[in-house]
Amino acid sequence: MKYQVDEKGFYGDFGGAYIPEMLYPNVEELRQNYLKITAEPEFKKEFDYLLKEYVGRPTPLYYASRLSEKYNTKIYLKREDLCHTGAHKVNNTIGQILLAKRLGKNRIIAETGAGQHGVATATVCALMGIECIVYMGALDIKRQAPNVARMKMLGAEVRPAQSGSKTLKDATNEAIRDWINNPVNTHYIIGSVVGPHPYPDMVARFQSVISAETKTQLLEKEGRDYPDHVIACVGGGSNAAGLYYHYLDDKRVNIIAVEAAGKGIDSGESAATSALGKEGIIHGSKTLLMQTLDGQITEPYSISAGLDYPGVGPMHAHLFRSKRAEFISIPDQEAMDWGLTLSQMEGIIPAIETAHAFAALDIREFKPNEVVVFNCSGRGDKDLDTYIEYFKL
Amino acid sequence: MNRIDQTFQGNKKLLSIYFSAGHPSLEDTVPILKALEVSGVDMVEIGLPFSDPLADGPTIQESSTQALKNGMTTEKLFNQLKDIRSHVNIPLVLMGYFNPIMQFGIERFCERCAEVGIDGLIIPDLPVGLYNEHYKSIFQKHGLYNMFLITPQTSDERIRYIDQVSDGFIYMVSSASVTGAKSTFGDTQSDYFKRINSMNLKTPQVVGFGISNSVTYQLATQWSRGAIIGSAFIKFLKENGVQKINSFVKSIRA
Repeated sequence: MKYQVDEKGFYGDFGGAYIPEMLYPNVEELRQNYLKITAEPEFKKEFDYLLKEYVGRPTPLYYASRLSEKYNTKIYLKREDLCHTGAHKVNNTIGQILLAKRLGKNRIIAETGAGQHGVATATVCALMGIECIVYMGALDIKRQAPNVARMKMLGAEVRPAQSGSKTLKDATNEAIRDWINNPVNTHYIIGSVVGPHPYPDMVARFQSVISAETKTQLLEKEGRDYPDHVIACVGGGSNAAGLYYHYLDDKRVNIIAVEAAGKGIDSGESAATSALGKEGIIHGSKTLLMQTLDGQITEPYSISAGLDYPGVGPMHAHLFRSKRAEFISIPDQEAMDWGLTLSQMEGIIPAIETAHAFAALDIREFKPNEVVVFNCSGRGDKDLDTYIEYFKL
Repeated sequence: MNRIDQTFQGNKKLLSIYFSAGHPSLEDTVPILKALEVSGVDMVEIGLPFSDPLADGPTIQESSTQALKNGMTTEKLFNQLKDIRSHVNIPLVLMGYFNPIMQFGIERFCERCAEVGIDGLIIPDLPVGLYNEHYKSIFQKHGLYNMFLITPQTSDERIRYIDQVSDGFIYMVSSASVTGAKSTFGDTQSDYFKRINSMNLKTPQVVGFGISNSVTYQLATQWSRGAIIGSAFIKFLKENGVQKINSFVKSIRA
């Protein structure tokens, strides 16, 4: 079984580029160039330099001693929350902005749900002095005011997506429409391992620095470069793809993906795509997605805005179907409780997305000598309003 | 012979109309088709509504959303079209995004198309390569044509390839844009239409996107076999209703 993308852009049954002809020249240009450009020594040098000096990499692999003691296993946190802008998202936007520059693009568009990817995109555009337009659902703009302000402060234009349900899926549609309307000078920085090939692979490669560093750090700390389990939350799945990447073919490593169950899988308000989704096409990719029997895409729900995407990246759909990864889903309440637990046991306030991953500790048994690596994908500052309201802080 | 081929025989400049099935009202599909044929329209694209029409501008997004709110489904559309061939003779093309077709089942979808007398399909997000590799044989088995789009950015090499594998007609997108009425065509469009015209393709071309009145219709058909009007017709229909369709068609052909 092969877990990386094949030469046609598929992960098993999933992936591909189901795109209108209007997008073909842009997507094809990317497909033909992304591997070539990212392999150039000059590109690598600039990418590595920015990750080190600007993003603050390598991020620590922190041994969480109190958690480890409580759960009687060895727990490490890959501290992506310490990246500049507060989450792993910036690893990808740095990579894509360097690629866009080399493709001669002078205008950047992006979609964002909670605003983390929007902020990471606005940040690298400011860094490079490139025009930046971020599409964000009109509803999300209201819900995520601080991130909207951050993007504006960074010089980006935030355009509300008024269509459909006015959330992430619609912001993505609007960004795609913008790209159709601006086919020559614009690069679309997709924020997750979703969209038409080569996006899922390209974004996974930029995020793969997470597992590359983990290998080196584990070797130092544990004398072996692999853990027994890697655990990450999955919305579209970019932080998970980054943590899994160099372990996909290493069967000694068990892969656990944590989705958002929202108010419960059977509640009608959930974002657990692997449990509720069926094979279909969303945003140019064949994958699992939540939809009606008639093939209309439905609106997911999760308390965390970063996990309420109705699809999942094609790599993850393949990991699910091939049973390479174990998928579990966690309801809002447990995720919120874990936000508090991690804060009070380790002094780390996680993003609500990230908090979902830790709830795996309550569901799965881990042995005392096992090494468990969590992706601590983002910090919780952006979620303070939600935490305040929820816990009446 | 496929009705599309019959229609393209001769030199008449063709007018094709697109509308979203189930809009303005759920049961308007058949009355609209009848009125379009009586008004002298040469071909119709019936839009299968989708929740996420990413190549469409606001007008078609709204009509699509409204159609879904009205309760339109793929099954319902086929039921509405059950007896259409006892009333309407012009070519009928179903135009829709791939996901609802996939969920209906591709083989079953093609069967139903053939049963009710659909002549062809336009599926904007099913690219020619994936179609050829996976689905062509199913479509052919049921005598269905699948039409492809080209845009001003499509390379000559790819246009030649699409021409080779195309049946019926090539859908020539007028400019780099999503659907939605634009009032004028400039030199860029004319140059593009002329460029394609001079390629002497085997498949006839029909221009779509941005055609909203007789002026743009004339310009578009000067260098092609016909033009497709969608958003402008949908706006008209919403404001004036099915009874006035004849006056819309007359205004285009004026």
